[in-house]
Amino acid sequence: MKAPQCFTLAFVLFLGHASIAAEQSSPQSIILASTTSVENSGLLAAILPAFTKETGITVHVLAQGTGQALQTAARDDADLVLVHDPEAGQKFIAAGDGIDRRQIAWNDFIMVGPRSDPAHIAGTHDAVAALKAIASTQAPFVSRGDKSGTDALEHRLWRVAGIDPAEAGGGSWYRDIGGGMGAALNTAQAMNAYTISDRGTWLSFGNKGDLTVLVEGDPRLLNRYDVILLNPAKHPVPKQASARRFAEWLLSPEGQAAIGAYKVAGEQLFHPSATAPK
Amino acid sequence: MWAAFETAELGHIVGLSLTVSLSATVVAAVVGLPSGAALAVCRFPGRRMLVLLTNAFLGLPPVVVGLALYLMLSRSGPLGALTLLFTPGAMVLAQAVLATPIITALVHRAIEEPWQEYGGALRVDGATRLRSIRMLLAIARRSVLTAVLAGFGRTVSEVGAVLIVGGNIAGYTRTMTTTIALETSKGNLGLALGLGFILIGITVAVSAAAFVLGERR
Repeated sequence: MKAPQCFTLAFVLFLGHASIAAEQSSPQSIILASTTSVENSGLLAAILPAFTKETGITVHVLAQGTGQALQTAARDDADLVLVHDPEAGQKFIAAGDGIDRRQIAWNDFIMVGPRSDPAHIAGTHDAVAALKAIASTQAPFVSRGDKSGTDALEHRLWRVAGIDPAEAGGGSWYRDIGGGMGAALNTAQAMNAYTISDRGTWLSFGNKGDLTVLVEGDPRLLNRYDVILLNPAKHPVPKQASARRFAEWLLSPEGQAAIGAYKVAGEQLFHPSATAPK
Repeated sequence: MWAAFETAELGHIVGLSLTVSLSATVVAAVVGLPSGAALAVCRFPGRRMLVLLTNAFLGLPPVVVGLALYLMLSRSGPLGALTLLFTPGAMVLAQAVLATPIITALVHRAIEEPWQEYGGALRVDGATRLRSIRMLLAIARRSVLTAVLAGFGRTVSEVGAVLIVGGNIAGYTRTMTTTIALETSKGNLGLALGLGFILIGITVAVSAAAFVLGERR
C-alpha cells in the first residue's frame, strides 16, 4: 500500500464515521436561548413538562447570559430567546433580529455581601448610594463582566452613581470575573465581597456561606423577563410556528400560573407578568 | 444532597457521557490507528512535518476546538445545513477532533520501534505495507491500548468543547463534566464533588475493562 492510499483509507473511514455521528434533532423540538437565572433556578425545568405534554414540543434550553443568548439567536442557532435586559432586547429588535417582545415574568435584583458589611449598606433601599459607599470604602465587589442582563444592570447603576468602577478599583477592590451568576456568588462568598444577584438565582443558590441580602426594594432593581421571537424576514428559522406557540403558552393563563407556582424553600421566585408593577 | 437528582436523570447523564466519549474514542481510534502506523511505516514528503504537527496538537485547547466547531456548525456557518449544533453528534465530533492527535502520536511512537526491529524481516517476507501495519499493531498492542485509553481519558474528562457545541441542554446534551460545572455554579459543591467521584469511578472501570480484554488476547 502506497503512502497516498494510507491517507485515502484514513480519510474515507473518518468521513464514514462523521456521517454516522450526525444525529438529526427532532422536528418537534425548539431551542430556547435563555439567561442562566431562569434555567439554574430550576424554573424552566419545573414548567416545561406541562408545555411538552400539552403540545408535544420539546424545548431545549441553552442557559447563557442575555448578551450571549441574543448572539446565539442572531446567528440562527436558537428559535427564540428569553432574556432580562430591556436595553439589549430593544437593540436586538431595532437591528431587525427580533419581533414581538413580551414580558412574561418579573422579580428583582438584590445586593448581597458579607454579614460584616464593611460599607454599612445593610437595610438600605438605595442601590446607587450603596455602590458609592462600596467604592468609597474600597470594599471588595465582584462584577459578572459577561454582558449578561445582571451585568448590564450593574453597569447602569455605576453610571448613575457617576463612578467608573474599572478605573476606580480594577485590579484591586473591583473584581471583574467574567463568569455566570453562580460563579460570581461563589467568588463573592470566598472573598467576602459584595455583588448584585437576581433573586431567583440567589434563593436557589446552595453555597451562601456568610453572604446575606443587604440592599433590596429599590425600584431601579426591578428585573423583567421578556420573551422575543426571531424576525422571520431576517431569520427564516424553520421552527417559527413552534417557537410562537411556546411564547404564547408562557403568556397564557396556564403558563402564567405555572410560573407563579414555582417555589424554592417556600419562596416564590418569579412573579407572572399579569401582576407586574406599572 | 442527592435529592436534587432523580436516578433516571443521573442515569441519562452517565449514559450520555459514556456514549459520547466512547463514540468519539472509536472515531479517533479508527482515524488514529492507521494514521499513526502510516506515519511510522510509510515514507512520503512532508511526513516529518505531519509528525511534528500531530505532536503539537496533543495540546490542542478544547475551548478553541469548541469555538471553531461552533462557528462551522452554526446554522449561519459553512456546515449549518447538517443541523448538528447543540446535539450529541456535535459533541462526538468535537471530542474526536481532540482525541485523534493523541492516539495518532502515541501509536506512531509505539509502532516506530517494532518497525525498525521487524520491518526488514516483513519486507523480506514480501508483506504489503497494509499487512505490515496490522502485524505491527498486534505486536505493540499494549502500547496501542494505552494510546486508545489516553484518547478516552481526554474525551471523558473534557468540558470546554462539549459545553460550547453541546450547550449543556438538560436531558439532551448534559454530560457528567458539564453537570459538575453547572452544579458548582449553583453552589451545590458537595453534589458536584460527588458527581466527580462517580466520573472518576467510571473512568477507572473503563480502563480496567480495557486492560482485562487486552491481557486476554
